[in-house]
Amino acid sequence: MDLATFLIQCLNAVQYGLLLFLVASGLTLIFGIMGVINLAHGSFYMIGAYMAYGLAPWVGSGLGGGFFATLAAGIVLSVLLGYLLEWLFFSYLYEREHLQQVLMTYGLILVFEELRSILVGDDVHGVQPPSWLAGSIPLSEVMSYPVYRLFISAVCIGVAVGMWFVITRTRLGMRVRAGASNREMVRAMGIDIRLLYRIVFAAGVALAALAGMIAAPVSSVYPGMGGQVLIICFVVVVIGGIGSIRGALVAALLVGVVDTFGKVLFPAAAGLLVYLLMAAVLLWKPEGLFKAS
Amino acid sequence: MVLLLLAAFPAFGAKYYVDLAVKIMILAIFAMSLELLVGQTGLVSFGHAAFFGIAAYVAALLSPKTEAASLWLVLPAAIAASAAYAAAVGSLSLRTRGVSFIMITLAFAQMAYYVFHDTPLGGGSDGIYLYFRPDASIAGWQPFDLDSGRTFYYAVLVCLAASFGGLSLLLRSRFGHALAGIRVNEQRMRAAGFPTYAYKLAAFVIAASLAGLAGFLHALKDGYVNPEILSWHQSGAVLLMVILGGLGHLRGAILGAFAFTMLQELFQWQAVFGKFAKHWQLMLGLTIIVFVAAAPRGLIGIADRMRRKH
Repeated sequence: MDLATFLIQCLNAVQYGLLLFLVASGLTLIFGIMGVINLAHGSFYMIGAYMAYGLAPWVGSGLGGGFFATLAAGIVLSVLLGYLLEWLFFSYLYEREHLQQVLMTYGLILVFEELRSILVGDDVHGVQPPSWLAGSIPLSEVMSYPVYRLFISAVCIGVAVGMWFVITRTRLGMRVRAGASNREMVRAMGIDIRLLYRIVFAAGVALAALAGMIAAPVSSVYPGMGGQVLIICFVVVVIGGIGSIRGALVAALLVGVVDTFGKVLFPAAAGLLVYLLMAAVLLWKPEGLFKAS
Repeated sequence: MVLLLLAAFPAFGAKYYVDLAVKIMILAIFAMSLELLVGQTGLVSFGHAAFFGIAAYVAALLSPKTEAASLWLVLPAAIAASAAYAAAVGSLSLRTRGVSFIMITLAFAQMAYYVFHDTPLGGGSDGIYLYFRPDASIAGWQPFDLDSGRTFYYAVLVCLAASFGGLSLLLRSRFGHALAGIRVNEQRMRAAGFPTYAYKLAAFVIAASLAGLAGFLHALKDGYVNPEILSWHQSGAVLLMVILGGLGHLRGAILGAFAFTMLQELFQWQAVFGKFAKHWQLMLGLTIIVFVAAAPRGLIGIADRMRRKH
């Protein structure tokens, strides 16, 4: 492997890892704070990707078009969706057992997948990146790196920094951290925990949908994409330690590196390496790399 | 009485319904094996389809294309493969509990899915065919012939009855009581001197072996295996059967397998749902949500409640 290939694979690994982080952070946040295991989280990624595909013509005629207008519309819609879902569905899950949460959110996956099939059909669709991001940067005479992938990484880093700022430096973040460590106490202090939950859930949905939207031009849009992402994100959350956002970041990058280089170095066993990584971490630290406080 | 009805069924049932009955009985064995984990031991495994699928694949892989393999070789090999994978997965995943356990079992099941889906071993997403059902001959003497539909029906029925009987005995034994104790309060069981980890691992391996038996029968029934039988939708479906029937009862798992298959048939019924039958999973999803919300104790729970009212 020469230097240019190595560099390209490194960039790919980081880009994939950061994208996983966007989805996994919502999953781990929702579990850490509300205690809900949400299997439907992958569906939000899928919904995001389909919004990038399906909203573009609508936004094109209504708002003058553009990739970023679509992105903005998608984020607004996913926040609304998250807010409504928390209100109408997930708020009834908090007091239930994990088994019931698993089954009800599994039912929700089936509903989302079939609605997707009814509304958009089962075909694979491509999504065009905006024209000014469509080029690539030459790295050697024969190899180059697409600008759009750098853009994905940049967006993810921006979101991660934003999340870090909100969680560690704002009043809302303080409440989120308090809610994660002691739910009863937060309630006793007179904080409206239901509103807090609704905000956290909507944010989690928006993160997953955003990941789906910006990934759509690279991965294309296809049925079953939500399930794949969900299970890899479970691996990320297990490796990182359930409920820990820092753990999710480290684990997502680790999974990105292992998966990307695995595909290059051991193409026959590429699908398995991530799970072997999880097994190794579990042998070493059963509770994940970063145990949530 | 159910057993007698099932035994008499092939005599008067139409072929379609007899096939359906075989499918339900196989799923009932599968669901009972998960009931041992979820209902009796309190371990929510979301990767149970892996053990079902591994045994099915081993059965198909060990059967040559041109002749029947020996049943007495293929059956133990298939079940042993599932048990071995369960021992590996269980020894890792049982170090955790609760949500981690759910996620880890799901992830390892997906790993098995990729082994058969992505490597040349499993024939990709098309799966592989099993041309000849295994031969039950011992040294030239053939006690029964699985190729006959009627005999296969009774073989599955015997497996179901044996699984039910075996599990019932197991649950009444000291081992079964220890599992119930672990479900209720693991800390106390450990304090009482029970090696709870070993007990849980043993339950995990037994459940996987039984799921392997169901998977083996499934491969023989269809003569065909594909990666979908290891997919997490299959794990979700079997978990649903256990809940649908009612947690904590072996017969609940059988009832659940029956109810689930019937629901599936109903929602795919074109005469009722027309074009919508293609999207039967939408109805299934909504039913799951409403059912779990309204009757978390399953069909047996509903029956109990009605009995108490009278």
